[in-house]
Amino acid sequence: MIGRRGLMAATAAGLAMPSVVSAQGGAARTLRVIPQANLTSLDPVWTTAVVTRNNAFMIYDQICAQDSKGEIRPQMAEGWEVADGGLSVTFTLRTGLLFHDGERVTARDCVASIDRWSKRDPFMQVLQPSVAEVTALDDRRFRFRLHRPVPLLLAALGQTQFPCFIMPERIARTDAFTQIREAVGSGPFRFLPNEWNPGQRSVWAKHEGYVPRQEAVDGLAGGRVPRIDRVEWTVITDPATSANAMMLGEQDYWEYPLHDLLGLMRRNRELVVEQRLMDGTYGIARFNTLHPPFNNPAIRRAVAMALDQRDYLTSVAGADPAGWGVCEGVFTCDTPMANDAGSEILRTRNIDRAKAALAAAGYNGEKVVLIAPGDYPQINTLSLVTADLLKRLGMNLELVAADWGTLIQRRTSKEPVERGGWSIIHTTSSGQSLTLPVTHLFLRANGPNAWFGWPDDTEIERLRAEWVAAATPAEHRRIAEALNRRAMETMHYLPLGYYWQPSVWRRNVTGVFRAPATVFWNMGKA
Amino acid sequence: MFAYIVRRVLATIPVMAIVALFVFSLLYIAPGDPAAVIAGDQATPADVERIRASLGLDRPYLVRFGAWLWDILRGDLGTSIFTNLPVATMIRQRIEPTLSLMIVTLILAVSIAVPMGVVAAWRQGTWIDRAVMGFAVLGFSVPVFVVGYVLAYIFALELDWLPVQGYTPFSRGFFPWMENLILPAVALGSVYIALIARITRATMLEVLQQDYIRTAKAKGVGQRSILFVHALKNAAVPIVTVIGIGMALLIGGAVVTESVFAIPGLGRLTVDAILRRDYPVIQGVVLLFSFIYVLVNLAIDLAYTLFDPRIRY
Repeated sequence: MIGRRGLMAATAAGLAMPSVVSAQGGAARTLRVIPQANLTSLDPVWTTAVVTRNNAFMIYDQICAQDSKGEIRPQMAEGWEVADGGLSVTFTLRTGLLFHDGERVTARDCVASIDRWSKRDPFMQVLQPSVAEVTALDDRRFRFRLHRPVPLLLAALGQTQFPCFIMPERIARTDAFTQIREAVGSGPFRFLPNEWNPGQRSVWAKHEGYVPRQEAVDGLAGGRVPRIDRVEWTVITDPATSANAMMLGEQDYWEYPLHDLLGLMRRNRELVVEQRLMDGTYGIARFNTLHPPFNNPAIRRAVAMALDQRDYLTSVAGADPAGWGVCEGVFTCDTPMANDAGSEILRTRNIDRAKAALAAAGYNGEKVVLIAPGDYPQINTLSLVTADLLKRLGMNLELVAADWGTLIQRRTSKEPVERGGWSIIHTTSSGQSLTLPVTHLFLRANGPNAWFGWPDDTEIERLRAEWVAAATPAEHRRIAEALNRRAMETMHYLPLGYYWQPSVWRRNVTGVFRAPATVFWNMGKA
Repeated sequence: MFAYIVRRVLATIPVMAIVALFVFSLLYIAPGDPAAVIAGDQATPADVERIRASLGLDRPYLVRFGAWLWDILRGDLGTSIFTNLPVATMIRQRIEPTLSLMIVTLILAVSIAVPMGVVAAWRQGTWIDRAVMGFAVLGFSVPVFVVGYVLAYIFALELDWLPVQGYTPFSRGFFPWMENLILPAVALGSVYIALIARITRATMLEVLQQDYIRTAKAKGVGQRSILFVHALKNAAVPIVTVIGIGMALLIGGAVVTESVFAIPGLGRLTVDAILRRDYPVIQGVVLLFSFIYVLVNLAIDLAYTLFDPRIRY
């Protein structure tokens, strides 16, 4: 039986239709992508949405960037020079850098972009008190003048979590809390605003004036060579439809396929299913430490004794252990700070002992409100596993089904559960965020300014500050162990392990490489 | 008649005002905060507050409602909180796929369901009647998304006759446009066909019992003429009413169908906006849907005069 594509090909060949041939050529130079979410905002400073950041990697360039080993390498910068005993760091830009509007990239653009970004990036805000000023010396050079040496400056500038993207000065002067209206960068692809239909399609075209680095691509470092004319994102909200579109060749790349559909994708010989992102996704169960019962650390620790990360991970990512990993510490596993000092409690995995610990801690049937976001499959699954755990522990559980929008508003409430508050929420985090104490959101314990749940622990805060000031890897490591030990004592959140999020692409897509974020340079189509 | 139309059009103004007040108030009291969505996980409460203030979400209810209403009266539906694009632009980008889907579904449904209902009534009690009624029960019972998946599996994945997702604008040609709409229209139309077929059958059965039908038969008028000229015209008023009421079904069903077939229409725009609490977009789309529904009802009322000369306005 002849299919639609066969019919179209036969018709095109028979009639020798130039337009069809041309359209097919166009498809060969266009990478059609199903992104992980809808691109609603183009400003990577205004919102922290991952989809906006991925879009920004195409439009903008960075001064320096992370390679596949996590090292910071120059990107727009030709290099940097540290002087005055570490109190001055001068960056020099490469020649030939051009914005999409044809203007040259100058040091003033970098200074303005750094200024706007540093008002929102939590990492840079930690370092900011040590920064005296950032000034442009000439068109190609700008300098950080510091009150004291800041060894983490490059790590902040080159980070992937909240990258410092360079915009033209006129745009970067926009208030950091106001969304920019123009997406003009100097990255390998330029955004086509006239083809943007939020919720459906976003399109980028190759930036002809882009001068990539000469080194081979390595993580986000090295040559960011645009090898394709156009990148088109089509939002397909239904996973089954996305799978069908991939199998039929209507799309070339699917960023976040549902784990349930991976088997189906793997059985199709035209598709490649591989882990592309370098970090796993970590599950987090966060306690509200302001109100009973979880204002009692002994009760939090009792719940931790019942926990088995494998229950969570198999529920989210399936039974194949290659798809997930147990990680019984607060730092991302297999990174320099990772350790399990004091983590024995997470290996208890015993309901009876947990029940006994709960009783000994004085649990008296206080209501526990757990909010599960039904429209967020992974987080909802994590929530339901915890709900089951709490029921088995005999806790007085109220499971509230909500959507994500409701959850993120309700989690801001510091009220007790009787007045609309909450007891436990779940979220996920990229491994990158949990790599260092300074970027680790869930480790912070500075009371009202901490992440939702508002834990207050002076020891954790003291250790964190000590880590920022430490100068050697050995010191960093020692403090990280102390932090892990303290985190296991206070148990402000339950680490739930990590799962991998593979991507799917058609076999004719070339140049796919592993990176800390989903980016599309270096990729082409055979 | 003209005076009636003017009166009805003027009557839409208070209706739309009530809808506007209702929609705005509902969103005001609904949980959710776009500022928290924008700020993301790493933001401090102070960051969220600053974003809320920059969006004007910290202003009192009456001030916000007044400002929004004033903009509406000037023809400005506002700007999306997230995309920074005018709501009117976003609606313009999305209205063609939804209208296309609804029109094709409507044509498909009416052209299939009315003859089905007529034939079922004509052959009451036979296997044809039972088959039609069985189909109607199935159409009502099976959710639109299930029909959509089954159709996509058979006609896209297995037979490779039609695309599984997407939308091609009409400006790129009739056939590419139609190619993308066939499966969604059949899926969306299944409930609609069932509804119209059932009501057509019931109404026709009643009309076919009338004396004038017996007289027509006695006079030797042909069966087809009796069914489609004499009976159907007199049965048309309730059928047209149901077609009008069914527009609400279509609007609701379009949300699901657009998701299953990845059609960039107003349904998906609405769902996306609701999940993110993009208030101006939700308000704009709901107002538009309400306006369309009011207009459809007006059109249905006027259509009665075509089928029943006794109805005068």
